[in-house]
Amino acid sequence: MLCRTANDLYWAARHIERAENTARMIDIAQRIDLLPERTEAGRQEAAAWKRVLEALGIAPAYAARHGEATPERVLRYLCLEADNPSSIYACIRTARESARAQRGAITVEMYEDINTSWLEIRALGNERFESEGLPRFIEWVKTRSASFRGVTVGTMGRDEGYQFMRLGVFTERADCCVRMLDIKYSEPLTGEAGDARKALGYYQWSALLYAMSAFETYRRLYRTAITPERVAELMILREDLPRSLAACTAAIHGVLQLLSGQPKSEVVRQAGALAAETRYGRIDAILAEGMDVYLERFMGRLFSLAAEVDRHFLLANDVGAAPAAK
Amino acid sequence: MADRYDEMHDGGGNARPHYRAFDQWLTVTPAPRIEQKRREAELLFHRVGITFAVYGEQEADERLIPFDIVPRIVPAAEWRVLEAGLRQRVLALNLFLNDIYHGQEILAAGKVPADLILGNAEYRPEMRDMDVPGGIHAHIAGIDIVRAGRGEYYVLEDNLRVPSGVSYMIENRRMMMRLFPELFAKQPIAPVDDYPELLLDVLRSVAPNADDQPTVAVLTPGFHNSAYFEHAFLAQQMGVELVEGQDLFVRDDTVFMRTTRGPQRVHVIYRRINDDFIDPTVFRSDSQLGVPGLFSAYRAGRVTLANAIGTGIADDKAVYPYVPDMIRFYLDETPILQNVMTYQLRKNEDLRYTLDHLSELVVKEVHGAGGYGMLIGPAASQAELAEFRQRILADPAKYIAQPTLSLSSCPTFVESGLAPRHVDFRPYVLSGRQIHITPGGLTRVALREGSLVVNSSQGGGTKDTWVLES
Repeated sequence: MLCRTANDLYWAARHIERAENTARMIDIAQRIDLLPERTEAGRQEAAAWKRVLEALGIAPAYAARHGEATPERVLRYLCLEADNPSSIYACIRTARESARAQRGAITVEMYEDINTSWLEIRALGNERFESEGLPRFIEWVKTRSASFRGVTVGTMGRDEGYQFMRLGVFTERADCCVRMLDIKYSEPLTGEAGDARKALGYYQWSALLYAMSAFETYRRLYRTAITPERVAELMILREDLPRSLAACTAAIHGVLQLLSGQPKSEVVRQAGALAAETRYGRIDAILAEGMDVYLERFMGRLFSLAAEVDRHFLLANDVGAAPAAK
Repeated sequence: MADRYDEMHDGGGNARPHYRAFDQWLTVTPAPRIEQKRREAELLFHRVGITFAVYGEQEADERLIPFDIVPRIVPAAEWRVLEAGLRQRVLALNLFLNDIYHGQEILAAGKVPADLILGNAEYRPEMRDMDVPGGIHAHIAGIDIVRAGRGEYYVLEDNLRVPSGVSYMIENRRMMMRLFPELFAKQPIAPVDDYPELLLDVLRSVAPNADDQPTVAVLTPGFHNSAYFEHAFLAQQMGVELVEGQDLFVRDDTVFMRTTRGPQRVHVIYRRINDDFIDPTVFRSDSQLGVPGLFSAYRAGRVTLANAIGTGIADDKAVYPYVPDMIRFYLDETPILQNVMTYQLRKNEDLRYTLDHLSELVVKEVHGAGGYGMLIGPAASQAELAEFRQRILADPAKYIAQPTLSLSSCPTFVESGLAPRHVDFRPYVLSGRQIHITPGGLTRVALREGSLVVNSSQGGGTKDTWVLES
């Protein structure tokens, strides 16, 4: 497969996944934002939204453009702003452009689906966005992403292109999982003591589970009250949850083994090390190290792996390399 | 409507025999259902993204080509004649191309003026004495055919460079089968869906030497090109890579593409890039689209380009009047398909006649394409006529003129309902070790009332084309 094709497919999948994950992050911010305890405590409303911007690494870009973070403005910035390359709108646009450039490498149904998403969000506009409400928009993004995922799984040949798309999906999902945990863990604990704080904690952790579509899985696996340790364990270490770091890194490792065909290559080694760490890790050890430290280190290794994927497969810098034996 | 031939209705307003089944269906199908299907077609085309870009329009980055649901139907007997005529014509054109880049016998015999060929910008001296596999230069040809007067077919133009539109032939058929499957049960309509397979066969058959498994790629200028959809479509349907210039490189006169598993050799390139842009080290040096060294690999016989470099000389409008002579010269046969009467303005006599009758004629630039840079005398204002007269006088050899043909019409859905609109027809001829002609083609329709310009860049639409098997 052409490097350029692989690169476009990888990024088409990443951008669709990113659109969905941004919707999920908005979901959690909104859930935290709406918690009654917070309002009663008279806390600054926009804090949750600011943290979404920070977790996405776009707080400076936002501030340069819009200044102060208000819920409405951040929402529009994250959902529909064409000039924000991280917005859901821009993600769908970019994904569709990549798919369009590679429509020969995907199925007609996949292109139809991604094009439908693009035509619909292009036609949406601020007015309808506001009148129809945020929950409906988030549902729409998740449904469109699910539709594309379904059509991909259901129609695309199991070729290299398919594997590069899976690689894009799980790389982006792992990235998002770290950022979601980061939002929750950067939440400063309120000064109040006792039950109120506990209740607040409970709602926040359950908000995270809802946003990750993990609530039912949590209940099924643990059958007990929601505790921060178990939520962290579920999201990081349990392969049962399809959006956990363990599930994502296992998938990435599997895909890279398939794609590389060389078990000793650096790209497979890095992926394997990450997968092993989440598969055999222990939550008490992670908490002892400190969640923020752990997350930061994990993010660094994800970046390093993505750079290695670029180098190994996607960048066409092989002009000087010897032609493959024919 | 005595002055023009209608594809569907005879002079008495009755459906012609080959249209009867369709006519019946049209009569019994409720109008709202047809209207709903038309809207569905539009939606589907939009969603599938069968769009094209228009030069000179900024906003219309992607636009739909309007699709009309009334098919153009070609009866079996007419198709047999067309097919034989196309085969003969393309065979002669390929012989001509091979000849003028080798022994130039036709020039020596005085059948075609040597200066018209050798002094022509479309003649590529770089191709002199180059042997291409099978002597085939124009592997893919799109021949524009019109019907005029009382229904005679004429060849209006040969397209031998990078003819486009074949994806519409296939997509229009798929759309019709999706919308109106019942129609296909009523008549034996020849399938067109195997075109990509035939194309792949043809491309493989002209690979350098007898390589067992030649690798074929489609070379596109990229997705900003107006025909990008088609490039991607054909690559996908053939199951080959769609490459841009940046994906290819040449080493030791061998072409490779950059893949995730390292460089892979390419043997045959179906290129949808014009000659000028194919290799910046030989042709236009500012080209970002081509591949440095490609021409050298080509000349060394290490890669096949389809179509060959320099085919533009055979579809040049100044050369067009000589195609019947080519058929007689190379094949010793009588041309089956007629040319349109053509005045060559480089000849004094023809120039005088044209200037005297400008308001009756269609004047075209010899190197022009796509309906750009032409004058339709009867539709032009006095000012336009005067301006074009100056342009002709400045360089008469740049132009040819033809009588304004009364193109045949076909019923077409327009705002006011079903109305006759002018149509043309482009069948595709594939030449490899064998010649294949898909029974069908692209029918273009001029949607504006009375308009004779069917080019999609000028607001034309398309129809499905049915060749009946009996």
